[in-house]
Amino acid sequence: MFVLVEMMDTVRIPPWQFEMKLNDSIAEELNKKLANKVVYNVGLCICLYDITKLEDSYIFPGDGASHTKVHFRYVVFHPFLDEILIGEIKGCSQDGVHVSLGFFDDIVIPPESLQQPAKFDEAEQVWVWEYETEEGAHDLYMDTGEEIRFRIVDESFVDTSPTGPSSTEASTSGATEEVQKKEAPYMLVGSISEPGLGLLSWWTNS
Amino acid sequence: MSERGLQRGVRSVLRADPRKDANAALLSNFEVFQLLTDLKQQRKDSGKHKQSSGQQNLNTIMYETLKYISKTPCRFQSPEIVRDFLIAMKGHKLTKAEKLQLLNHRPMSAVEIQLMVEESEERLTEEQIESLLQTVSSILPGNPEEELQRQATMAAEEEGDPE
Repeated sequence: MFVLVEMMDTVRIPPWQFEMKLNDSIAEELNKKLANKVVYNVGLCICLYDITKLEDSYIFPGDGASHTKVHFRYVVFHPFLDEILIGEIKGCSQDGVHVSLGFFDDIVIPPESLQQPAKFDEAEQVWVWEYETEEGAHDLYMDTGEEIRFRIVDESFVDTSPTGPSSTEASTSGATEEVQKKEAPYMLVGSISEPGLGLLSWWTNS
Repeated sequence: MSERGLQRGVRSVLRADPRKDANAALLSNFEVFQLLTDLKQQRKDSGKHKQSSGQQNLNTIMYETLKYISKTPCRFQSPEIVRDFLIAMKGHKLTKAEKLQLLNHRPMSAVEIQLMVEESEERLTEEQIESLLQTVSSILPGNPEEELQRQATMAAEEEGDPE
């Protein structure tokens, strides 16, 4: 689920932090910059693991702060393809079942990857697995708050950095910002179409 | 490398400076659990301005990740247990990713093993799957209360049905 990523960055330490040990102030700056943020094509950064190398610090004209090139390793959430994870169902919609891990929310299981046959109950807004046995069909509901075991089948990174003002649109700048859909920078697609996957309660031996 | 602007309140993408290796090592849930618990202790001891807006993101992600990991079997593990587990796994010829999943999830049934081990029908016989389950449940500790409950129900069943 978690990987260690080697990264390199130049950290700016303002003069009022010069009394702190350099390692501590650099660690604080790196965590401030990266913790709980998604890095494109890398994953969701959790926290600093260690600093592997500090190069010389420089002070540039006009800026009293020091600039230091740092080589460090960061703990990143980036599950590998086909990994099995356990999460909690946050809700269901026509797009599928939305699962969350607490620290990461953008996981969706599309309808075609659910245990088949499955139908969407419009009244209660839940997906239902119509499980057939000799006695008849059982309706197994995928309720919010239930723990679910799923497999990662796909991931997608979206570059959400600002693109600058669009010169062609004539509408007011305020309105266009509202209309822009907030895309998740990092999204995972899951699947539960195998024996053993789905709600934990479906597969317990008791 | 220039930093692009951030959208407040939304987890956004930063252009990291040249990544040297996007996959230097896989971490087990236990290692991340240890790291975060130590970090939390360190920050509590230093007691400085943790509430400043810059540290809020770190606080949030640490809290949520610890909350999630604390519900997994890794909270009962220790470095020695992890080492013993990996030594015991040497004979089973599993890939690193498969061993990591077994360590993180502590599967208790053959179905779960089949999910985590690729092409398990071809690579493992039924006895091998049984022995894998045995190794996992004996070396990796589970929830102590559930273990006691399970042992109690198993003992009760044996009394009622002696073979």
